[in-house]
Amino acid sequence: MSGANDPYDPKQVAALSREALEEALTLGVAAFQNAGDLEQLATVRPDHLGDRAPLLLARRELGALPPAARSDAGKRLNSVLGDLKKFYAERLEQLEAERDARVLAEERVDVTLPWDRTPRGARHPLTTLTDRIADIFVGMGYEVAEGPELEAEWLNFDALNIGPDHPSRSMMDTFFVAGGPGQDENSGLVLRTHTSPVQARTMLDRRPPLYVVAPGRVYRTDELDATHLPVFHQVEGLAVDKGLTMAHLRGTLDHLARQLFGPDARTRWRPHFFPFTEPSAEFDVWFPEHRDGPQWVEWGGCGMVNPRVLRACGIDPDEYSGFAFGMGIERALQFRSAVSDMHDIAEADVRFTSVFGVEQ
Amino acid sequence: MKVPVSWLSELVDLPSGITVEELDDAFVRLGFEVEEIARPPATTGPLVVGEVLEIEELTGFKKPIRYCQVEVGESEPRGIVCGARNFAVGDLVVAALPGVVLPGDFAIAARSTYGKTSDGMICSVRELGIGEDHAGILVLGQDGVEPGTPAGPLLGLDDVVFDLDVTPDRGYAMSMRGIARDLAGVLGVSWRDPADLPLPEWHGAPAWEVTVADPERCDRFSMLALEGLDPAAPSPWALRRRLTQCGVRSISLAVDVTNYVMLELGQPMHAFDRDTVRGPITVRTAAAGERLTTLDGADRALTEDDLLITDESGPIGMAGVMGGASTEIGDSTTAVLLEAAHWEPTGISRGVRRHRLPSEAGKRFERGTDPEVTVVALARAAGLLVEHGGARVVGTPVDVDTREPGYGIALDVSLPGRIAGVPYTRGQVLEALEAVGATVEGDGDTVRVAPPSWRGDLLEPADLVEEVVRFRGFDEIPSILPTAPPGRGLTERQRRRRSIGRALADAGYVEAPAFPFIGTPQLDALGLPADDDRRQVITVRNPLSEEAPALRTTLLPGLLASLARNLARGQRDVALFEHGTVFPGGERSAAPLPGVDRRPDDATLAALLGAVPAQPWHVAVAITGQREPRGWWGPGRPAEWADAVQVARTVAEAAGAALTVRAGERAPWHPGRCAELLVDGAVVGYAGELHPKVCETLGLPPRTSVMELDADAFPAPDVPQAPPISTFPPVLIDLALVVPVEVPAADVAAALREGAGELLEDLRLFDVYTGAPVPEGSRSLAYALTLRAPDRTLTGEEAAAVRDSALAAATAATGATLRG
Repeated sequence: MSGANDPYDPKQVAALSREALEEALTLGVAAFQNAGDLEQLATVRPDHLGDRAPLLLARRELGALPPAARSDAGKRLNSVLGDLKKFYAERLEQLEAERDARVLAEERVDVTLPWDRTPRGARHPLTTLTDRIADIFVGMGYEVAEGPELEAEWLNFDALNIGPDHPSRSMMDTFFVAGGPGQDENSGLVLRTHTSPVQARTMLDRRPPLYVVAPGRVYRTDELDATHLPVFHQVEGLAVDKGLTMAHLRGTLDHLARQLFGPDARTRWRPHFFPFTEPSAEFDVWFPEHRDGPQWVEWGGCGMVNPRVLRACGIDPDEYSGFAFGMGIERALQFRSAVSDMHDIAEADVRFTSVFGVEQ
Repeated sequence: MKVPVSWLSELVDLPSGITVEELDDAFVRLGFEVEEIARPPATTGPLVVGEVLEIEELTGFKKPIRYCQVEVGESEPRGIVCGARNFAVGDLVVAALPGVVLPGDFAIAARSTYGKTSDGMICSVRELGIGEDHAGILVLGQDGVEPGTPAGPLLGLDDVVFDLDVTPDRGYAMSMRGIARDLAGVLGVSWRDPADLPLPEWHGAPAWEVTVADPERCDRFSMLALEGLDPAAPSPWALRRRLTQCGVRSISLAVDVTNYVMLELGQPMHAFDRDTVRGPITVRTAAAGERLTTLDGADRALTEDDLLITDESGPIGMAGVMGGASTEIGDSTTAVLLEAAHWEPTGISRGVRRHRLPSEAGKRFERGTDPEVTVVALARAAGLLVEHGGARVVGTPVDVDTREPGYGIALDVSLPGRIAGVPYTRGQVLEALEAVGATVEGDGDTVRVAPPSWRGDLLEPADLVEEVVRFRGFDEIPSILPTAPPGRGLTERQRRRRSIGRALADAGYVEAPAFPFIGTPQLDALGLPADDDRRQVITVRNPLSEEAPALRTTLLPGLLASLARNLARGQRDVALFEHGTVFPGGERSAAPLPGVDRRPDDATLAALLGAVPAQPWHVAVAITGQREPRGWWGPGRPAEWADAVQVARTVAEAAGAALTVRAGERAPWHPGRCAELLVDGAVVGYAGELHPKVCETLGLPPRTSVMELDADAFPAPDVPQAPPISTFPPVLIDLALVVPVEVPAADVAAALREGAGELLEDLRLFDVYTGAPVPEGSRSLAYALTLRAPDRTLTGEEAAAVRDSALAAATAATGATLRG
């Protein structure tokens, strides 16, 4: 060893010579480059970057140099060492990436294999469409009212201005219900022919302002065929408040049409007759998505609540006015989803219903 | 109501060039739904009026054939062969000359037949496409028509007929008169009222002696007598054509004329053979036991509600419904008594329904006719019979008129605008009311509106509002969304139904709503005992099918039928659900029928609402085949009883209810595989495998499993309370117990929970084993327990103590021992 104060020439310390450092770097780079996988890289690493590697051993020699030369040699050594470490890291990263790619490639699966181990069920489209319509009205502040399917005849007819001899009473093709045990034939009950008795129930039960919508199942004595159902669904709307006009009725129906059938949908009215409304109208909806091209589709009936109905329910027609409307849900389903035969709606075939899934 | 445009244009000054589409729009705007527009059949070529000059009878063929010389306005007559015989020399007929193409692409050309050259064809109404009558050729009764005149316009071949659906409130529109008035009003053109007829000066005694005993149901009864009618006189072609266009069959002049006047004025009439009427006529209701043979030959028992026209012999007609056979016009009738009356509509409606005798007259009477026109209609009909049948009027009309004076409706002229939401001016309101035919008096804000005699439906201001809005048109009404007060959203029950439906769909069940009609055979197929409450049904008096006259008391028959239908259509693995109303029978009271002039009193209303039976909301599922299908992952898993029980838990969870399960026994379930479902200790339903006999009866695969529960029996759910979430580590312990087989697993689990106490976070049964080395009569139940303390890490000693305590509790409660 040289004394501390001796002048020192780095060339005399062979391990720190420029040539030696360059050689160590070249050897290391070659070894790392030649390592074909992570295992080989790990094997050769100690020879070039381990404690006993030439560059690390050379570092120990630095202390032997005079201060001026030490700095110079140290910089050189660190630079070389840094380059080698950087190369190592790059190679490591490269080999790791190669390994990962290989492993992931080996783990490849056929992602198109089915995994329908628990089959999906479905709600009936009548149910989901009913909910959708109810939600639109709930969004406007309406409440969903209900009434029984087996209903008092008075509520189904009389309260709605359909007297015992009214022609429309026989037109309605009513299912009449027999009395209980030991009673005569006339029970005063029918299977409701429309959801309108819910209007009467609501008005008898509560005071205006009233904004209710009543979806539900109704009955007519029609044989089941491609266009008729003896059991079907309607949704009825009723609003009773001060100052309600036909303009409000139109606004409400237009809003419903847009929500259900798109922003271009709107309604068109034709004068009609319903005993419980006056004036009365039937309305069509402009349905842009119709499978046979955009067109008007008949949908339902509407009108201003007949003052006679308001009176029968204890509401003063001079103080309040109201509007009511009703439409067939099967009908809406029919054109909205291009159903061509009512049998499909009624027969509970899973192939029909499953298509609709859990549409909300 | 069929409306020929040619007839309409005689009454209404239709704007020139108005198209069929514009008329269609106008009818729709008036509220007359256009059911059909019958356009003239396609006929092209030289179709002309011909005069028969000569008839040569050709013999020697299978049928008699005529060879006719027909003058068609050309230089020479045409020779035409014809097989029909209902015409004579001098008659005017319709000749289709070569080049004509009749409806159905029937091209006419000159051709040789029966040894002659037929230079055209003499047509029947059927060949012309304007009727069904093929008995002979069409003989035109018109004088003054020159041979060679184009026949198309004469035949109505250029005419369009609208078929309008008239709503039951608009009786007046069951006539050309009513349609013409409304159409003129909405088009803003002038028109001619066919009832605006100068009455002739009649002389002599009244036509008959008449008493109206029931003026409530008949406030005007008019009659006119005619004599000298030629019973063989044909109806003129123009009249027959109109009847045909309007869908009315031509019968005889007298009948055709009454029908024509009914179509024109809306007043149905009846013609009696005067010589068969015995003594004075009385209009009265039937006495008990009376009978009447009606025109259709049916002998009918009458009720005391039937209104009759009677003479000394008894009933001779059912008022407004159908005439009697004894006074029917016949081939030899020369003297007729024409009747035109105004009947109370609801009585007619009852009669029509009671005797099942719908008719064109009944349709008009039950909607209400114009009491003002009875005598006008008689005069109009008499005029036609005089003109075409050689008849003469005898004496003066009878007119029993007991009508109440007209009434007025006080109308605030701003009301129509306030209801419509359109600022109608006073002038617009009054103009519309006048178009309806009403008379308006008064200059103030409130006017007195006298409805016209033909509008018995206009009783209240609201009825007048409707007319104003109708004439002004709905298109004027703006679209304004009203602001409802804040609503309360869905009710608990409504949210529950949705939540249950979604949960079932998520669990793989497909919703299958069925019609709620059942019959005894379906209940028998379920094996229900005779005293089962589900056999107490409510029946429909007029069911669609006699097989299924009752309302369902259980969802299962409908659901199992849907299941069977799906299987029959080739499905194998089916899981269905239905939720809906059931209708339990049993004792109930009849619902009252109060009046409607005001709100029923509270007691009546309570009785009314109380008479409507409770109709609970049930949920049911049916499942068969593979619950999980086989696939590349391995074999499938068949559906079984446990799926039905599990789905009950799914439903309860969706409803926020805590369900407990215990062994039960109830049809139609397998007695050893039936779970009773309880909420708060009350039974809400059953689940499990169907009884093998039920599967066999219904043709369902063995092991089909079902569940049904009453979702309305669930209590309102509590608001869930958040548990403390401990962040300390859990201790996991497995515990295998040997338990007698008859002990339900639920009991063991309950005992373990009880014994483990508050440190038990979760308990799960992960294995059930029978067979050696577990002794006969026992089974091994293996549970995984998760223990955790809220405030510390549990020590081994603490965990062991919990385990021991749980085991001890299970042992005490169920005889369980630790499996060695």
